Amino acid sequence: MILARADQASRRYGDVLALDRVDLDVRAGELVGLLGPNGAGKSTLMNLLVGLRRPSSGRVELFGGDPRDPASRRQIGVTPQETGLPGTLRVGEVVDFVSAHYPDPVPRAELLNRFGLGDLARRQTGGLSGGQRRRLAVALAFVGRPRLVLLDEPTTGLDVAARHTLWDAIRAFHDDGGTVLLSSHYLEEVETLARRVVVIGQGRVLADDTVDAVRGIVGVRRVSLVADELPELPGVVRTERIDGRLHLLTSDADQLVRALVTTGTAFADLEVRPTSLEEAFLAITGADGPATSGEPMGEDPTTREQPTTAAAGGQPTPA
Amino acid sequence: MQLALVHARYQLLEIVRIPVAVFGSAFFPAAAMIFFVVPFAGEDATGATFATASMVTFSVMSANIFQYGVGVAEDRDQPWNPYTRTLPAGPAPRFAGRVLAGLALTYLSLIPVVVIGATLTAARITPVALLLTVGTVAVISVPFTLMGLAIGYSLPSKAAIVVAQVVFLPLAFGGGLLSAPGEAPGFIETISPFLPTRGAAELMWAAVGDYSVEPLALIMLGVWVVLLATLAGWAYRRDEGRRFS
Repeated sequence: MILARADQASRRYGDVLALDRVDLDVRAGELVGLLGPNGAGKSTLMNLLVGLRRPSSGRVELFGGDPRDPASRRQIGVTPQETGLPGTLRVGEVVDFVSAHYPDPVPRAELLNRFGLGDLARRQTGGLSGGQRRRLAVALAFVGRPRLVLLDEPTTGLDVAARHTLWDAIRAFHDDGGTVLLSSHYLEEVETLARRVVVIGQGRVLADDTVDAVRGIVGVRRVSLVADELPELPGVVRTERIDGRLHLLTSDADQLVRALVTTGTAFADLEVRPTSLEEAFLAITGADGPATSGEPMGEDPTTREQPTTAAAGGQPTPA
Repeated sequence: MQLALVHARYQLLEIVRIPVAVFGSAFFPAAAMIFFVVPFAGEDATGATFATASMVTFSVMSANIFQYGVGVAEDRDQPWNPYTRTLPAGPAPRFAGRVLAGLALTYLSLIPVVVIGATLTAARITPVALLLTVGTVAVISVPFTLMGLAIGYSLPSKAAIVVAQVVFLPLAFGGGLLSAPGEAPGFIETISPFLPTRGAAELMWAAVGDYSVEPLALIMLGVWVVLLATLAGWAYRRDEGRRFS
């Protein structure tokens, strides 16, 4: 059964095309990760699915109905941005307020305990730490015993411990049969939680596959060096020259360097770096098109344009 | 309906947790009572009663213009507002809750004026007339609620505060709220029937004592209600369209 669907959904803000004919089906029981750099269109897609915005063209559906119809939203849970919690209300009051909208809400104490907020029911939300506010914001998505929760970057800016608390809660919900659509710009987060990954870049769905398949095309490296002219090299996805340095994006840096040395070309100042997820996306999906040479990087030709990397800068690895 | 009460309750909670906000809307009319009404009309029962009714009108106007004008504009800045739209309820309960909360706060802000009128002046009112004024307050809240909503939905919060402040004093003076009925300076008597404050004040005067309303002021009040409702509706839809379409 399909709980949420986008069918050729496009969304335009003035001159900017934020979503470009996106197709997405979220079936009951799935935990789908929506992965993409900032500005890729993840939040826009989420806003369409929860009924905050209308698609400029195409359709979006929740439980077979229009998300803008309140009845269609009865079985979903959404997270507010944590900065948006009313600062003068107490934690318990915010939960009660949201509960009032559902026929059979989770009891307040049970919900707060599940998210490690049990002691804070009487605290005003304005006095919570950033991590506590974020946990409360995510907890609100589960108040109404939803069948589908849509979490827009639920752990951005959290420390490791708080992130794991949230991951556990999301996983527990999924283990009980709940369906999750989760956006993130951390590949690692999506890898940890999701079985299926939808990669979005520049408003388009670039890949919709299993985590394993996406992980298989991970590992784009940036090889940079100073050289005048380079011969044809294997595995180069994109070449660019910035300030006299040549930057080669490749899926196999080792092979590239071996080939480079074998050709006997003169070069200096060789550097091999991991690319960030964002860098990889921007490079491969750049509007000017990839300056591709050599062979396709994946075994499956359809995944050729969807590289991504676990080396998205700086996030902690799971324990 | 039950949801509307829930929304009203939480909006009141949010406001009451910052008591100075409540204090603000009650302060001006109460201060005006003490500085203008008590020394000048305090002795004369009829004059004091009409003057108190004028101050009640003043209070209704400022309470509504400020809480809707500034309150709505500030809410629009908060991400909480879009979040509530993802809950399984339409915008109606939140809107109805806001109006209920607004009315409750309006009555609250009237208490100082009425207390000062009853204790420090000779103003007197029969129980029946008191009930009548309670109802009249709800009626005259309509144009000022609409004015506040028009301001709140069309302007960012910083601009809304300024506009609310700029608007409310001329409306109070121009409508003749700071003078006894029919005794405002000449040019004010000329313009006041064309301002919504005058029609509202006339209704209040008629409710508290022996006063026959001026038809022109009432007709103009009706025109204002239609005008302000159109403006508020337009601003609301424009805002919805800009942020949620």
